[in-house]
Amino acid sequence: MNATLTVEGLKVAIGAANVLRGVSLEVQPGEVRGLVGESGAGKSMLGRAVLGLLPANATITSGQIAFEGRDLLAMTETERRGLLGRRIALIPQDPMTSLNPVKRIGAQIGNLLRHHLGLPKRAALTRAAELLTEVAIREPERVLALYPHEISGGMRQRVLIAMAFACDPALVIADEPTTALDVTVQRQVLQLVERLRLRHGSAILFVTHDLGVVAKICRSMSVLHAGRVLEEGETADVLVRPRHAYTRALLAATPRADRPADALRPVPPALIEQLWSEAHRLDRAGEARPA
Amino acid sequence: MADAMADIALTLPPSRLLAGLKRGGARLWVGAALVAVLVLVAAFAPVLAPHDPLEQDLMSAQLPPAWMQGGDHAYLLGTDSLGRCVLSRLIYSARIAVAVALIAATLAALIGVALGLFAGSFGGWVDQLISRLIDVWMAFPPVLLSIVLAAVIGAGLTSVIAAIVVVDWTRFARVVRAETMVQLTRDYAAAARVIGLSRAKLLRLEVLPNLVPLLVTLLAVEMGIAILVEVILSFVGISVAGDTPTWGSMIAEGRQIVYQAPWIMALPIVCIISSVIGLNLLGDGLRLALDPVQRS
Repeated sequence: MNATLTVEGLKVAIGAANVLRGVSLEVQPGEVRGLVGESGAGKSMLGRAVLGLLPANATITSGQIAFEGRDLLAMTETERRGLLGRRIALIPQDPMTSLNPVKRIGAQIGNLLRHHLGLPKRAALTRAAELLTEVAIREPERVLALYPHEISGGMRQRVLIAMAFACDPALVIADEPTTALDVTVQRQVLQLVERLRLRHGSAILFVTHDLGVVAKICRSMSVLHAGRVLEEGETADVLVRPRHAYTRALLAATPRADRPADALRPVPPALIEQLWSEAHRLDRAGEARPA
Repeated sequence: MADAMADIALTLPPSRLLAGLKRGGARLWVGAALVAVLVLVAAFAPVLAPHDPLEQDLMSAQLPPAWMQGGDHAYLLGTDSLGRCVLSRLIYSARIAVAVALIAATLAALIGVALGLFAGSFGGWVDQLISRLIDVWMAFPPVLLSIVLAAVIGAGLTSVIAAIVVVDWTRFARVVRAETMVQLTRDYAAAARVIGLSRAKLLRLEVLPNLVPLLVTLLAVEMGIAILVEVILSFVGISVAGDTPTWGSMIAEGRQIVYQAPWIMALPIVCIISSVIGLNLLGDGLRLALDPVQRS
């Protein structure tokens, strides 16, 4: 069976700066893979590359992205659009701004269903109400008639999650979906994502900087730094027996309930320094090689 | 665009529609009232006008309005130097003003919005081409361009409208281009792209509804401008055919006898000012009323 998502040796550059330096990772059907890294590690960039949403000045210099065995980068625009939203979906980072401010919730979910499933207007609204019930929104009919600014951030995030799973996608890319939410809502959202994943049979690529979140819902994880995968494996293995110094440093920098706060150690600057010089050495080696 | 507007306006439940109208405030009401009067007068001109606007009566030329000394109750606002009823001429002039405002502003909006969306969403050389075109266009004195155009195509309602459209599409294109660019950088637009919407659908379903409040204001302002341009063109005598009454031609005629009969020039000016103010107020009020983000 094909992996749901295969990324191989992906290199992305913005102008002269390398953002991804040969990233490889696989997401198996139904798997939840965490993609962890500090800001600037390139984890969101990877998600955007898969979705074909790279900024205009970014170029993929080498590597491959395959979805269910089909080369995403070789696809025509139309083919890829057919997959987006239906087979590959996104849970965006910021629920406050990711819904169209001047369209009712019902129109936004309805449009998606009509676009991909060809449902007639009435049926699309009925289905939209069912989807809202799935994400534990009470009085879905009332919410469908509201505008985004009339509902809370947690509720907007649930609407976006409902939209992501609406067409039973094979892969959902969750781009730090809990970052903008307060902690009490975070837990609910994570549980919700897990429940919907099981019901719709989707795999998830969970982009986050929060190791706690990874520990909660990801079966496997990749640690990203300066556009390189430093370590990957089963979450339980990586968190209990981290092999790379950077992973250990990240763990030591993560607050935990069972440790006093003064046990927190920032990632040592010397380590960061070393990792970047490795990355730059890689860049120079790439340039030296004849193209 | 009209589609998107209708969509937003018509799907509002009554309570929200009311709230929107309330937020529009006095501006909305005063503007709507002035515009309604203008439109009704234009529509029912034959019923409202006490006289044929072209009927001359040299025996009763330059009569002052009825309430002034020497006024005649048959001619409520007096007569011009050919003895034609000023009130009837003002009423019939409203027809030209309304026709020009509606048709010219709508056409200018359609062209401008289409080009603006193109430029704003494609970027690159398409944007360069359209933007430079706008720059060059706007460097031309607009009234002069209108006059040249009307003179070249010949007088008539069609050429007045054409002159206005050709000059004023830039007003829409410029604003729509900039706003489209802004909207496309918003997260919701990225989210919509990830849903797999094509560029055309993205613009029509996601971006355009966000432009509606802006477009309503622009359209109303543009209607006012169209009325003014028509006035200028008919003032210099290259608007519609000579005997059709227009506010501009009335001002031109009244100017010559402004010392003997100032009301002949003053009255059409009052009509123009109240129409344009009405349109501007209406546009402002509608913008507030239509923008769902300001609803709370």
